[in-house]
Amino acid sequence: MMPFFNEYLIVLIALILCTIMAILRVILGPTIPDRAVGVDTINTIVIVCMVVFGAAYEMVIYIDVAIVYALLSFISTLFIAKYLEGGEF
Amino acid sequence: MVLEIIFEIVIYIFLVLGVFFNVLAGVGLLRFPDVYTRLHAGTKCTTFGSIFIIGSVVLVGLKNWWFGDLNGSVLAIHSSIALIAILLTNPVGAHAIARAAHKSGVMPAQAVIDELEEKPVKKTKTRKKDKTSVNEEGGEN
Repeated sequence: MMPFFNEYLIVLIALILCTIMAILRVILGPTIPDRAVGVDTINTIVIVCMVVFGAAYEMVIYIDVAIVYALLSFISTLFIAKYLEGGEF
Repeated sequence: MVLEIIFEIVIYIFLVLGVFFNVLAGVGLLRFPDVYTRLHAGTKCTTFGSIFIIGSVVLVGLKNWWFGDLNGSVLAIHSSIALIAILLTNPVGAHAIARAAHKSGVMPAQAVIDELEEKPVKKTKTRKKDKTSVNEEGGEN
């Protein structure tokens, strides 16, 4: 039995607004580290969105996806930073 | 019954606080003048806001568990693991991005002295000249 509309979906709409602002920073950003900051913020907000979505529909599998997404986005952020430094892999 | 009402009030307060700090993170990303200040807004505010939002989800799980639904325990524990993952990985990623930005030559907007390199920032540089100097340094490396 799924509730069609509850308070977590309002939270999701607000979080989507935050994601839109971060996407604007990714598009407008004058330097490359600006875009990396925007992508990092989008990653964190998407993790929170997945947890809230799992709480809204009471599906725990979405929260497991959020855990894996958190760890993979951390690794991708580290690789982008390493590439910007000009280091060797 | 009183306990359930207290749980509900705390859950809604946590949701409002978390959404407020996440919106502050978005506004800070748009309004701040510099990479480092944007990183400050976009990382600290999202970490603090996600503590409150995921904390409210954990409280929902604990409430369901307290009132006899065993699925609430799964919700609470898995949300706690996601929160721990965010808390461990987000500051480390922000530190790596800040270090990469400094090493790739992006200076703070109104800085006078660079404590890490132990030399003053050249005031005559504009943003375009910064980019060319970055390219020259990259060619040397």
